[in-house]
Amino acid sequence: MNADVRAIVHDGLVVTRRNLLRMKRVPDVVVFAAIQPLMFVLLFAYVFGSAIKVPGISYREFLMAGVFTQTVAFGSASTSVGLAEDLQRGIIERFRSLPMSRAAVLIGRTSADLLNNLVVTIVLIGTGLLVGWRMRSGLFDAASGFVLLLVFAYAMSWISAFIGLSVRSVEVAQSAGFIWLFPVTFVSNAFVPTAGMPTGLRKIAEWNPISAVTTALRKLFGNTNDQIAPMNRWPERHAIALAVMWCVLILVTFVPLSVRRYRVAATR
Amino acid sequence: MPAIVTEGVVKTFGKVRALDGLDLEVDEGTVLGLLGPNGAGKTTALRVLTTLLKPDSGRVSVAGIDALARPDEVRRVIGVSGQHAAIDEYLTGRENLVMFAELYQLPRHKARARADELLEQFALEEAADRPVRGYSGGMRRRLDLAGAIVSRPKVLFLDEPTTGLDPRSRNDLWSVIDDLVHLGTTVLLTTQYLEEADELAHQIVVVDHGKAIERGTSDQLKARVGGESLRVVLAQLNQLDAAVAILRRITTDPSNFVVDARLRSINLPVGGIDALTEAVSRFRAADIELLDIALQRPSLDDVFLALTGHTADHGAAQ
Repeated sequence: MNADVRAIVHDGLVVTRRNLLRMKRVPDVVVFAAIQPLMFVLLFAYVFGSAIKVPGISYREFLMAGVFTQTVAFGSASTSVGLAEDLQRGIIERFRSLPMSRAAVLIGRTSADLLNNLVVTIVLIGTGLLVGWRMRSGLFDAASGFVLLLVFAYAMSWISAFIGLSVRSVEVAQSAGFIWLFPVTFVSNAFVPTAGMPTGLRKIAEWNPISAVTTALRKLFGNTNDQIAPMNRWPERHAIALAVMWCVLILVTFVPLSVRRYRVAATR
Repeated sequence: MPAIVTEGVVKTFGKVRALDGLDLEVDEGTVLGLLGPNGAGKTTALRVLTTLLKPDSGRVSVAGIDALARPDEVRRVIGVSGQHAAIDEYLTGRENLVMFAELYQLPRHKARARADELLEQFALEEAADRPVRGYSGGMRRRLDLAGAIVSRPKVLFLDEPTTGLDPRSRNDLWSVIDDLVHLGTTVLLTTQYLEEADELAHQIVVVDHGKAIERGTSDQLKARVGGESLRVVLAQLNQLDAAVAILRRITTDPSNFVVDARLRSINLPVGGIDALTEAVSRFRAADIELLDIALQRPSLDDVFLALTGHTADHGAAQ
């Protein structure tokens, strides 16, 4: 490993540990982060689900991949709040005066948020199993599904990092970090099949990264069939490749953007 | 060799010239106080010196390193403690210090040892393992300062280190800073408190509108404004003329008499402490009753007023 990479990893780990210590001191953050998806599972499984019919499969099995995707997308929004808070408190300015790697603060933040998302995902797996969700694929496929989910969570954190460094206060980050996620996650196939949507909306929903990841997860967990994801349509047939592409695209766009934002953010 | 040099540093934000050709020079092992009201450019100067901000033009050198060309090297030899303690509220004092030490690239075990050392030095041992949220303002500032000197920096930058502290905490912090200077650290501090510059700084530079408008030791600056004066307050108004007649024989400059009949007070420039004893004995001989008599040296407040046309407080209130 060359010296630069070693410095980024070392400093990134130091900052990650700091963020994890914070989560340990304020466990409420993780607890509430886990309650929200729990409510989603119960609401959709028992309230909305009672009126939604998906062909050939129980709604609860259809639902879980969507809830996983939506949950990590929302979970990644905490990155913007955390960074906005550090910015407001002058911690970023302090870090910038230290002989440390420029990307380390962002890596530390996104890594800690990834672990947060991992904890929430585990809670969610338990909840899903309780309401009757089952993975009907092999161990390797299922494991690949969770790896994809976490890569997507990490990529989303970098969008969130960019937002957090661009806004001027924690309060703004709290709403700006979340608000765009509502249309993005709901105009998708995460909770309902797209077949019934008006054509324009359906096109958007089909190409939405949330849909790509959700469809990929359904495939990898064995929670899908030809009626839900017709193989003659490109986004469905290549959902896994599309999901990976989305993750890569988000990362190569938002990592450099966020690092550049970080350099100027504290100088305002 | 000077530890800090800036030459003709200019930084503009839109139409505002925050720094308008700032020249500074600080000798190794000394303390420079950057004195000025809010908005004078002190914090901007500090951010340029600590590599957080690139100036539009000018030259900046810290510890012999060109800060504009090699900011990474400068960051290794400086310590910065800001206006608001930039430490993590949820971490304990010890965890904060270990983190800073590691980010200064100390290995873990050395980082821990250094944290222990600093906690002792800054009298924070008892609170070391409590989250910082429960710390008092003075403890936070001490911890912040401890974080700034983790790597034993050659040059230390302090941005209004005692703003908002009670007098006792301020004194504690001053003695800590004093100790660091005795160990050879060069310090540049900004302050709005004239008393602080008076107490800590070997050299004072008064900044206004992004420029150094005066520099010197505290005594030199005071001397430039004028010498000592005597202030007399009479018990009875009808003795005012008699008192003025007596004081005319004592003063060094009769043209600079200030008589205020409403307050029954007289201010006059004098040569020194002898003027005070002479005035007291003459007043006693003439049976003139005094409410108060005092010898006054000009404060840095007076200096500030004379140099900038407004007081430090006035600037701070804007």
